[in-house]
Amino acid sequence: MQLFLTSLTASIILFSSLGVVLTRNVVHAAIFLLVTLIGVSALFLVQLAEFLALVQILIYAGAVIIVLMFSIMLTRETEQTAVSNNTGKLMLGGVSLLVFAGFCFAIFMTDWIIADYVSNEAGRFVALGKALFSDFLVPFEIASLVLLVALVGAVILTREGREGA
Amino acid sequence: MPTDYAFNYTAVIVAAGFGFGGIGFTFILSRLLAPKRPSLMQTIAYECGIIPEGQGNTKYNIRYYLFALFFLIFAVEAVFMFPWVVVFLALPSSAFISMMIFLAILIFGLAYAWRKGVLQWR
Repeated sequence: MQLFLTSLTASIILFSSLGVVLTRNVVHAAIFLLVTLIGVSALFLVQLAEFLALVQILIYAGAVIIVLMFSIMLTRETEQTAVSNNTGKLMLGGVSLLVFAGFCFAIFMTDWIIADYVSNEAGRFVALGKALFSDFLVPFEIASLVLLVALVGAVILTREGREGA
Repeated sequence: MPTDYAFNYTAVIVAAGFGFGGIGFTFILSRLLAPKRPSLMQTIAYECGIIPEGQGNTKYNIRYYLFALFFLIFAVEAVFMFPWVVVFLALPSSAFISMMIFLAILIFGLAYAWRKGVLQWR
């Protein structure tokens, strides 16, 4: 059953990400990317990682796609811009393939620790929360500083944009 | 896959199926029942009854982008609250305080944006 669901979600991810690359319309590419990210979230659910699925939906499928859509709508010309730029496509493809191979190597070389599944529904989040607020407290607080930097950066960037306009 | 887990998400899939099915059913039904008299008017996007001007996909004001970024940042903040709400009663008060520090840092950022006047629509 798990193998079937994994293959199903993996094929959804594969075909929608092919759609991202192959479509000529940027907005369609963004929507295909949304399908891909929801597929990744489904893959997390199949692998019993509920929190990651939540993060994937809330942040990637929700917020990142919104930001992406906004940036498409802000930057492109009024006419439909086709994403067609053949120069250096082969080289870029080669670079991505190398990166992909590197990731595959890292994944297969890593000796993964598979945690025991907590059968109690609340227990899964409790275990995560306990770890986050005891052992990983400092990284957690640093995360808020990173977010603060992003916020201030966003403010400064848009302020400069207004003065230039 | 554990049984309770599979059961819970089967319920989610069934609910999603009913949702998509219900909407799809109304679409198919209107396709089947509606009389077809195609005219040019029907192809125009509906804009509160007024005939729309310009193109559908225009450029947006850059100021919207700031709000999109804010949404992204506060979505990340909200994600951290999910594991927190289930444990903060069980943990010592330090968990509560550390979350308040986390929120205070971000509220400081929001106050900064407010002070700089970027939340104001001009």
